[in-house]
Amino acid sequence: MFDVVLQGLQQVFVPLNFILLFGGVFLGITFGALPGLTATMGLALLVPFTFTMSPETGLIMLAGIYVGAMYGDAIPAILINTPGTPSAIATTFDGFPLAQKGMAQHALVTAALASTVGSLLANVVLVVAGPPLAAASLKFGPPEYFWLGIFGLTIISALSSGSVIKGFLAGCIGMVLSVVGMASIGGDVRLTFGFPVLQGGIDLIVALIGFFCLPEILSSVIGKRQKTYTDKAVEPKLGVIGEVALQVIKKPVLLIRSAIIGTIVGFAPGAGGNIASMVSYNEARRWSKDPDKYGKGTIDGVAASESANSAMAPGSLIPLLTLGIPGSPAAAVILGALMVHRLKPGAELFTGPEAPIIYSFLMGLLVAAFLVSFIGAFGSVIFSRIINIPSRYLAPGIIFMTVLGAYAIRNSMLDVWIMFVFGIIGFISRKLNFHPAPIVLGLILGPFIEEGLVKSVLAGQFQGVFNYMVFRPISGFLIALCVLSLCWPLIASWRAKKNKGEVA
Amino acid sequence: MKSFLLTAAVAFATLITSPAMAAFPEEPITYQIPFGPGGQSDLEARRQQPMLEDILGQKVVIEYKPGGGGSLGWSELVRKKPDGYYISGINVPHIVLQPLARGNAGYSTDQIKPVAFFQATPIGLAVMKDNPIQSLEDLLAFAGKNPGGMIIGGSGTWSGHHVAHLQLSKLAEVNMTYIPSTGAAQSIADFLGGHVQAVWANSNDLVQHADKIRVLAFGSKEPFENMPEVPTFSSKGYEMYASIDRGAAVPQGTPDEVVAALEKAFIAIASDPEVVKQMREDGFVPLTIGAEEAQQYIDEKVKQWAPIVEEFK
Repeated sequence: MFDVVLQGLQQVFVPLNFILLFGGVFLGITFGALPGLTATMGLALLVPFTFTMSPETGLIMLAGIYVGAMYGDAIPAILINTPGTPSAIATTFDGFPLAQKGMAQHALVTAALASTVGSLLANVVLVVAGPPLAAASLKFGPPEYFWLGIFGLTIISALSSGSVIKGFLAGCIGMVLSVVGMASIGGDVRLTFGFPVLQGGIDLIVALIGFFCLPEILSSVIGKRQKTYTDKAVEPKLGVIGEVALQVIKKPVLLIRSAIIGTIVGFAPGAGGNIASMVSYNEARRWSKDPDKYGKGTIDGVAASESANSAMAPGSLIPLLTLGIPGSPAAAVILGALMVHRLKPGAELFTGPEAPIIYSFLMGLLVAAFLVSFIGAFGSVIFSRIINIPSRYLAPGIIFMTVLGAYAIRNSMLDVWIMFVFGIIGFISRKLNFHPAPIVLGLILGPFIEEGLVKSVLAGQFQGVFNYMVFRPISGFLIALCVLSLCWPLIASWRAKKNKGEVA
Repeated sequence: MKSFLLTAAVAFATLITSPAMAAFPEEPITYQIPFGPGGQSDLEARRQQPMLEDILGQKVVIEYKPGGGGSLGWSELVRKKPDGYYISGINVPHIVLQPLARGNAGYSTDQIKPVAFFQATPIGLAVMKDNPIQSLEDLLAFAGKNPGGMIIGGSGTWSGHHVAHLQLSKLAEVNMTYIPSTGAAQSIADFLGGHVQAVWANSNDLVQHADKIRVLAFGSKEPFENMPEVPTFSSKGYEMYASIDRGAAVPQGTPDEVVAALEKAFIAIASDPEVVKQMREDGFVPLTIGAEEAQQYIDEKVKQWAPIVEEFK
């Protein structure tokens, strides 16, 4: 295996391939950073160009795009509180507060370094243990998806600082929104109010822009922040890079835990970076000695989210390369590219005559992870200046981009209107102290829970639905996590009391 | 943004290539895929795109409109000007079953004018190799003894897989449970993971996993070329034809000469020896069905499936 790894590395450093990898990473960052454009779209747009390239060159370029986009989405999440793709929702929780404190560059550098670490660790897992893990990924059946979704919902109690009731109410609103459109199972058309476009459901990106981005812009136009977008101006310094790097390196547990969560969620077919980063953020906060600093601007929160969503990308390639089952929408596009180059997924891909091609791809992912750090760290000096632009110029620019982004998803004006309506709802609900994150979480997890439940009920009716859904190893583990997660506030307050008792 | 980039790319490309002068087409053609990128419909369109450009002498722009199992894209198609500059991939049975099963699919089957069918994907029924069920008879015997206990996965509700399931249940007079998934990839994952006992799947997916599974029967008329030892349902006495047929279409009302030009291009590509070879290797059956025959085929399917959908709706 060692010599194919070397062969792969050699391919990556062929000048043409390296230039395309660099370009791919750069393009990926751009696609990730623009709200409305996603890694999936970037890949789909570039796949036709790979037809005329050698398979190695084409796949190396795609690797760059995929890895780059996983970092790029953190840039708008940090600077303008708008996740560039759904994967970066959790990055906004601490990234934007950091930017408001004038530490945007710190957050950006953290995101780049954490992305690299997450991506790197997941890559090692992919190269070393891909085929056996793929078999494990198949153990995720309908009940497991249901419980994974429920576990995701328990995160709401953590997200809704202040009122848990408000948080769960917002989560319910999100789940109701997720019901709009054609039922994934059964095909019933629900709550479309006669608009055929709504059969496809409410697009997550439209909801993200609406609930996260527009309220910020509205408050910058109406509220106190008319002059500048954030409270403090940023003065980027190259020295920050080294300073942050030292801080990030001191948190190996956090980074590795986040990368493991990202890899596992990635290889469960169908679950994507959004769930990975949410779960990882929640765990980081849960195990922190000082959980109260989360949500107020700590680089730990940014690192947890970005390490996990970058680890998701190689994770999603495990079932893809070994079984032909894409672990994420972006992986589905890469499957298309593999098929065009007559590469058939399977364990043989790693050992057969095509192994050098696949290892060039894997090494491309690996090297791209380093390029992300390089571009991200030095780019932070430039990117972070964006928020120094006065908001009377910045706000219209962002609105223009969001309208384009919402429209581009499926070339539909209705999506743009939905985005504006959500923006107004998001603005009002923020005044009422509702955080938008639970709404979006409900929207993400709703289909998971619905599909898991309906399929479990259908498949389990013969042996008893309860037995089918509960008495399975992974189900049991996930149920235990749910219970632990729900009881955690109690445990945490007990711990806090005990600590106080000791002090007194 | 994406379509803007595409338009810009096309504008640039038309500047540097000299378009051939013909009555049709005089401007770039949009080829809509009503599914997401990376799926089989997309792959096929990507294979055709450069060849279509060669034959028609115009740029062909691929656009995705996923949602509602294709219905979103097809409701878009039937609202377009019938001039041949907006074509869409179509799938039978989707375009037949969706309007039958749902009152509000957003389009009706007769609003779609087929140009050609170029690819068939026979639907097969398979179990894992370690399953004691050896044949279609075994499976049906098990289903007869355990009503509802035979749990079979497939992709989608009112899809080709679902209707094949209903047809077989009806013909064999057994009660089996159908577990729909949101896509073929998910239903194959459920199957390989042992979450369902058997699966309805497209021939190309079955070919891909051939080493781990046992295909009990195919829904094709002739034995499937890649696995000639597998019987067809009709050879076992169950008169059913289950297949996903891919083609291209325009809105009804498109001028005949425009349809003919597109038909000629698609048939030429589907007859190309290299395309035929690749399709066969991937587990597909190449088709060269022209516009007129395609229309007859769709009409036939409407008649055949209307009573089944009515019965089980």
